This record gives sequence, structure tokens and C-alpha cells, in this order.
Amino acid sequence: MVRKRLERMENLREKVEELSGQNVYACYQCGMCSSGCPLAEEMDLLPNQVIRALQFDDWTVMEANAMWVCASCLACEVRCPKGIDLAALMEGMRQLYLRKTLDHVSIDGMSREEIAALPQIALVASLRKKTG
Amino acid sequence: MKGIAYFPGCSLKDTAKDFETSARAVMEALGLPLVELERWNCCGTVYSLAADDLMHQLASMRDLIRTQEMGEPEVVAACAMCYNTLKRVSLRVNADVEARDKMNAFMNKETDYEGSIEVRHLLEILRDRIGWERVSERVTQPLDGLAVAPYYGCTLVRPREAGIDDPDAPTVMRDLIEALGATAVPFPFATECCGSYQVVDRRDLVIERSDRVVRSARRAHAQVIVTSCPLCQHNLEQAQQELGGETIPVLYFTQLVAAAFGVEAGELPAAITARPAAAGETGRGN
Repeated sequence: MVRKRLERMENLREKVEELSGQNVYACYQCGMCSSGCPLAEEMDLLPNQVIRALQFDDWTVMEANAMWVCASCLACEVRCPKGIDLAALMEGMRQLYLRKTLDHVSIDGMSREEIAALPQIALVASLRKKTG
Repeated sequence: MKGIAYFPGCSLKDTAKDFETSARAVMEALGLPLVELERWNCCGTVYSLAADDLMHQLASMRDLIRTQEMGEPEVVAACAMCYNTLKRVSLRVNADVEARDKMNAFMNKETDYEGSIEVRHLLEILRDRIGWERVSERVTQPLDGLAVAPYYGCTLVRPREAGIDDPDAPTVMRDLIEALGATAVPFPFATECCGSYQVVDRRDLVIERSDRVVRSARRAHAQVIVTSCPLCQHNLEQAQQELGGETIPVLYFTQLVAAAFGVEAGELPAAITARPAAAGETGRGN
């Protein structure tokens, strides 16, 4: 999958906070989210590092794969001692791409058989999470 | 109405037909048949987590309108993903009048949604409406000696406000398994994500995650895994097919209930039909 580039934006933190309804400054970097994340080992920035980067308006977080690997399983959300919904922050970051129609997944290359073998909920969910 | 308004969802009509067949058979046997919503549509499968995004919640609200049109106070889903999406949308639009008004105005050809429909999962109905005692009484083929791992995954228990049980230590499926005479085996990955919809473009990652879940259940000596999610079921089966070796069947909880009730609901794996205990029952011949 070719990752499409998104033009840098000003006020990254504010934009993601508004889209997600979350306050990234509530995070005190305890690392609970990363220790319980089932997909953290696949991420090039750990979940807590994603929040840290957002706190500093650090654009590298937008080029990391974390937001695309996150499956919104909410293991972090139920465990965060500060009540931050990190999955919502990931959704906010994805929305910055998707609202510019920079899709991250396409089923064009899949055969009819491959598509038919997948439960509908997989296809619809993937397209909802990764296309605009 | 005799019965309960029921939202099947897309997967139960296609890749997860066994789930629907067994759910209907079991509820019929318990005297609370599932009555399918008329003109239901896909719930959207995931609740949009973007704060301003009402557009992606419309599909689920339409299903709540369909329920309201039937004159029913609640709707039940068996698919955990549908349940979660419908539930979260209902929590939002039942409480947030401004969002509801906006969505009603947008769907100007629909009846207005009044904000009162409750969304339930089928396991909640079994636990809270029917009760384990009545479930137990209906059992004709007790699953004695069968070790079953209850796999909850994500959407049944998270987030806390939408979950049907404790997000870290759920017990609802354990209690169901025991009501059927089987043995529930606890295992550490019971509420870990299988990788979900990432199977579409990150199959590698999902196979690896799902394999961990299956191995965890196998180490606990489970003979069967039960789930309430067609996507979990798919992913856990795929991981076993792809990696080979010894496999354990992944069933919907309703299939296990159907087996214990002795009601016809499609094929069951040998782990259940060819159990020594099951053979013993046949042997007694009655």
C-alpha cells in the first residue's frame, strides 16, 4: 500500500482534539495504553508516543503507521487512568487524511472470491475506517 | 407482539448463516422468538469516533426508527459488532437532542426518531430476561465434559458504557456455558482483539493476532471456542486454516445452546457430536 502524502497543516493538535473530542494534555505518559495494546508491536510509534507527539504538534505522528494499524479495539480506552479515548484520537488523525480523500485501503485489486470469503462486517468496517 | 424485535445484520444473512439459524431456533425453544425488523439496513458496522460525524451514524438511527415503527421498545442483535454500533448510536441519539434533531431533519422522509429505543445483545436477553435457570431447565443434551473457551473479543464489552459485562473480567458467556452443563475454561486472551477488520488489508497481522488467541485457548485445554462475532469467528478459523496443525472449532454461542437444547440448527463439529459423553447418551438408548 502506497501511503499518500498529506500536506502539513498548522495546529495539528487542535485539529485532532476537535475531531476526537479529546484533550491530549490530560495524558501523563503512564504507558498503560501501549502495554495493553494488542497491535502496539506493529506500530512504528507506540500509542503513548502518539499522544506525546500530538502534545508537541509533531507532524511525524501523521506519517507513522499507528493510526492505520489501530483496530479501535478500545483496550486502551477502558484502561486509561485519565479517561482519554486514544482510539478517538487515532480516528481524528485518520479523518485528516480521509477528509482530503486520501484513502488508505482499496479493494480494487481483490478477486471476487477473496471479497466473497470475507464477512461483510470486515469489508464495510475496513472501508469505513480507511476510505473517505 | 409475541417475541422480540430482532436486527440480524448483513453477516448473519451470508457468511454467518449458522449464527442466525441457531439464534432463531434457540429463542423459539425458549418461547421468545426473534421477530426480524422490516426494511432493516446495514448498521454501518463501526461507530464513528469523530465527534462531529453524524453522517456515519445515520444508518443505525434508521434501524432504531424501524424498531419504533414496529411499536417495540427495544431491539436485539446477535452479532456483537452490530450490537456495539447500534448501541453506541442509541446512547448518543437518545441523550443528545441536538444531534437527534439534526439527523431527523436530514432524513426528512423518515418518521422522526423519538429517542427511546433500547438496544440489547442476545446474551443480555438470555441472562436478564430468560435467566440461567430457565436456560438450564430447557437443556436435553447436557454438554457434560466439554471444555469451552468463551471468547468475548472487543465489541461485546468495550467501551464500558456500551458493554454488556465487565470489560476486564466478563462472566456472561462462562455462566451460559455452565448452564448448558459444559465446563467454561478461562484463558488470558478472552477479551483481546483478534485484529478485526484489518484482515482486509493487513491479513498477516490478523493471522498472527488470531493465532495467539487460539493458542491461548488451546493451552487452557479448550475443545471449542465460542464467540458472538462473525468477524472474530472468521479470523480465528482463518488463522487455524492458514497455520495448520491441530485445530479447534470456533462456534457461535447460539450453536452451543442449540446443541444442548437438542434443537436442529445445522451442522455441529465432531468435538460436540462425537464427545464421549454424547456417545454415552446415545448408548443408553432410552
